[in-house]
Amino acid sequence: MKCDVNIITGRTIDQGANIDNKLSSDYFNACARCEIGAEDLETLGLLEGSHVKVSTKFGSVVVSVALCDGNMRGVAFIPMGPWANAVVNPDTHGCGMPGFKGVLGSLEPTDEKPLDLKAFMSLCRE
Amino acid sequence: MEITDAICSFCGSLCDDLTVKVEDNKIVDVRRACRLGAGKMLGHERINSPMIRNEAGKLEEVSSDSAIDRASQILLHAKRPLLYGWASTSCEAQSKGILLGEILGAVVDSTASVCHGPTTLGVQEKGLPTASLGQIKNRADLIIFWGCNPIHAHPRHMSRYSGYLPGFFLDRGRQNRKFVTVDVRMTETAAISDEFLQIEQGSDYVVLSSLRAIINGKGDLVPDVVGGVSKEELMHLSDMMRSCRFGAFFFGMGLTQSKAKYKNIDCALSLTNDLNTRTKFVITPLRGHYNVTGFGQVCSWQTGFPAVDLSRGAPYYNPGEMSANDLLMRDEVDASLVVASDPAAHFPNASVRNLAKSPLIQIDPYANATTEIADVVIPTAIVGVETEGTAYRMDGLSLRLRKLVDSDYPSDEEILDKIIKKVSRNGDVC
Ligand code: SF4
Repeated sequence: MKCDVNIITGRTIDQGANIDNKLSSDYFNACARCEIGAEDLETLGLLEGSHVKVSTKFGSVVVSVALCDGNMRGVAFIPMGPWANAVVNPDTHGCGMPGFKGVLGSLEPTDEKPLDLKAFMSLCRE
Repeated sequence: MEITDAICSFCGSLCDDLTVKVEDNKIVDVRRACRLGAGKMLGHERINSPMIRNEAGKLEEVSSDSAIDRASQILLHAKRPLLYGWASTSCEAQSKGILLGEILGAVVDSTASVCHGPTTLGVQEKGLPTASLGQIKNRADLIIFWGCNPIHAHPRHMSRYSGYLPGFFLDRGRQNRKFVTVDVRMTETAAISDEFLQIEQGSDYVVLSSLRAIINGKGDLVPDVVGGVSKEELMHLSDMMRSCRFGAFFFGMGLTQSKAKYKNIDCALSLTNDLNTRTKFVITPLRGHYNVTGFGQVCSWQTGFPAVDLSRGAPYYNPGEMSANDLLMRDEVDASLVVASDPAAHFPNASVRNLAKSPLIQIDPYANATTEIADVVIPTAIVGVETEGTAYRMDGLSLRLRKLVDSDYPSDEEILDKIIKKVSRNGDVC
């Protein structure tokens, strides 16, 4: 089952605590995730920790899904980092700032696993 | 040995009250820092040695001189170099970086372009009615957190400046103050606030405009619901804002990165100006990296602008044209130097792919996503831990960061100096 979402990215304390420790599994766990509300989790038919594919017209990425009661229905939060940046809007609309928040996309369950940082960055060097 | 009043060089709060215990030249305990600051001071894994990427695509350890030579050659041969980052280093290193940019005719841009760059644009339009964090601590009886979550990003901000401590005119601390959070998510900051307005994503501009209308006596023009918030809630918030004695509005990337971007800031600044016709109100951006504010200051006093294109022989500033992401998306950059930041982790993937296409030099204490695409890597000392330097707190107060332990790593400033010497010609001022 697919679920349409408005994607926002931002800081979290786990992301911040590992910002100088990016090759660690702690950073991966802090950032390769997508937080959604209970209704959206139910729509997807997933349990916390399952993998989802996040897709927008700018790209797609596989991350783990987590429950966040503070999110309105249809709002997906991905901590800032390489995984979030696979799906954000690179256009700055003439002010230097890419579209890191308010990116329309969808979530769907997947059997694929999230790539770790090294594997992810090697794609950028191809 | 115990070092008191040490300054934390992690976030823009620059807490200056830490006690650090050093044994055998190693920091073994940090008191009063939050999880972010303590983690940094206690240390993470470091880059061991300078490295150059070999023909097989692997980073290979080299001498410092070879790495600096290669870096200098790359920069000398570039037609459109980008010197990017600068948020987590000292003002002294930033100043050297801008000088290097002048010699090379480079674009020098900071991480502000992906955090509070739109704030600078808003401030250029409307000015910044602000106050020091000390004034806010001593006087503010109403604190608004809009599109920010200091409990996660600046964990001690509330306990030091914006909430819990008693102030000179507010002897009961938190009991004297009201907290209001406006956000699209119920964050931890929202959860401990007295009031929370959950607005629809991207509606900041219309909600701010509605508050302005109400405060300026045009409330009848405001519809019943704005951005998912009822008019009654907006009337209530505007009453709180008008009737406080000293209000402080803090904002983060919820405003700078959402739909209207710098126009959100323009509107928030206008709202603050409107409120100052009725009471005292100030506004302060919550700046992330500990010296991103410093880069804006240093670049402005050296070139006249908070980020700059020096390729024309005179400083040129036009965000949206010469900002790092715009240059990368147009695929103009043919070499880059990244100092004290990690654009590969924090730029959209499409920009990162273009960044990785041309030679990239990284100067940083830690391996990160940028290391994975870098061609030359030069490790450095950590400012505020292994070397001293100046940094600007988010409210524009400059503080001298101290050296707490000795290190064999050179400082950013020393490395930049060596590169400057290699790339300068007769007549360059350095
Ligand atoms: S709030 Fe910021 S400056 Fe203060 S200790 Fe935490 S990370 Fe360091």
